[in-house]
Amino acid sequence: MKKTIIEARDVCFKYEGASTLAVDHVTLDIAEGDFVAILGRNGSGKSTFAKLLNALQLPTEGSVRVNGIIPANEDDCYEVRKSCGMVFQNPDNQIVTTIVEEDCAFGLENLGTPPQEIRARVDDALRSVGMSEFAQASPAMLSGGQKQRVAVAGVLAMRPRIIVFDESTAMLDPIGRRDVFALARRLNVEEGITIVWITHFMEEAALADRLVIMDGGRIALEGEPRSVFAQTDRVLELGLDVPEMMKLAQMLRARGIALPDDIMTVNEMAVELCRLK
Amino acid sequence: MLKNITLGQYFPGDSFIHRLDPRTKLLATVALIAIVFVAQGFSGFLLIAAFVLACAISTGIHLKFLVRGLKPIMFIIIFTFVLNLFFQTEGKELVHWGFIRITDQGLRMASFMAVRLILLVVSSQLLTLTTSPIALTDGLEALFRPLEVIHFPAHEIAMMMSIALRFIPTLMDEADKIMKAQKARGANFETGNLIQRAKAMVPLLVPLFVGAFRRAEDLALAMDARCYRGGAGRTRMKQLKFGTIDVIAAVVMALLLAGVIALNRLNLF
Repeated sequence: MKKTIIEARDVCFKYEGASTLAVDHVTLDIAEGDFVAILGRNGSGKSTFAKLLNALQLPTEGSVRVNGIIPANEDDCYEVRKSCGMVFQNPDNQIVTTIVEEDCAFGLENLGTPPQEIRARVDDALRSVGMSEFAQASPAMLSGGQKQRVAVAGVLAMRPRIIVFDESTAMLDPIGRRDVFALARRLNVEEGITIVWITHFMEEAALADRLVIMDGGRIALEGEPRSVFAQTDRVLELGLDVPEMMKLAQMLRARGIALPDDIMTVNEMAVELCRLK
Repeated sequence: MLKNITLGQYFPGDSFIHRLDPRTKLLATVALIAIVFVAQGFSGFLLIAAFVLACAISTGIHLKFLVRGLKPIMFIIIFTFVLNLFFQTEGKELVHWGFIRITDQGLRMASFMAVRLILLVVSSQLLTLTTSPIALTDGLEALFRPLEVIHFPAHEIAMMMSIALRFIPTLMDEADKIMKAQKARGANFETGNLIQRAKAMVPLLVPLFVGAFRRAEDLALAMDARCYRGGAGRTRMKQLKFGTIDVIAAVVMALLLAGVIALNRLNLF
């Protein structure tokens, strides 16, 4: 049994002046080392939930325990942010300095880390995201995907246990999107970092270990991507898409062809169809 | 079009002056300004001018950049020259024409002021030409740090300066995009008189400002997420370090000061 690293209990959050809850009684456990995708359309509360995970917002009701801490005061908040890093949507608006390596150092500088150690960790982090050769470059010269990799390096240098990607690929081109997703995957597998991947792209969510679909601030569906997408009608009803092969399988089933309901890839479809003969 | 704007006017290089610690350069510039006001005779100014010229040549920066920097303040130089010329009435009379009286003292004072202004501008230009904006803010932060005792926000000012530097290219890009979008809708930025053109800028500036505020909010959140909480307890990856060359620079500045004082005493011309 893996250790639970994020424990959300009946969490509610209401923005000041809003009439409805942005996050509405969400209870969710995330195990250490998991790759969890949170999928939802605009306004489903997924980004607000992300901000609750690293104490950028504190719940109005309920509690969020991250790496053993329920933030109660300011110092706790900084402890939580240290163990739970966050990569945001807009690559331009999260880089603070004019030189790539200085930006990676920003978080460690804030924590008061000794200079030699910052140097070593920044070099490590940049190597890990494959941006070493751009250490001295100006962020303005980089592509969107490269900027996001720098942002990941900045988080990575702080050695977090969890990284939350809050729609970090939404503003990237397809190559940048694939790059950043692959990077998150690799950090998950090689370094054992827990990843919370917030997105509205169904294709990315399908590749996670576990999928949570949010709607109206609540958890609408939850489970392995395969079994979640298998509830095709329900997913479509939530304003989201399902993998093409799932749709095809459903259409074929409607025509009386006996196919299992958890086909996700073209390969699986081919295997199942051949089995029919 | 907007992308070609250079930040500050930094001229990368590897000369002695380029390699100096930014704090040394800032202090040396302040010292040089003081020395310019210590000088009381042409011999002193000649020495300083020779020194500044030697510095400028050693940096490998083309002198035309320094001359170009003088252009915007040419009017001020001429204005102070004329003012000093007419209002200094002591000394031997040289010209007396109607209400205009020019004395030898007046001419001397006026030329001193003009030379001082030129030397001031050229030496501060040498600073900005040889120091990158980021090194300059680091240097300023380090120099003003002691003033934090009296609650002078040294770290905050340096942080604001570097964030401003960071976002200039981003906002330039955005302005360019908005401009194109407005042009595509028939906006006209290029023709008309001054007032018409200023009015045409409104649909450019409003979205730019709104965008800047949104960016500021995002950035504040990102800084929070990376545990930023002001200057207290913060360390820096790159430490500024004084080296031998900084000692040499200090000695040179001291020699220059001594030379100017000696020339004042000798009272040559």
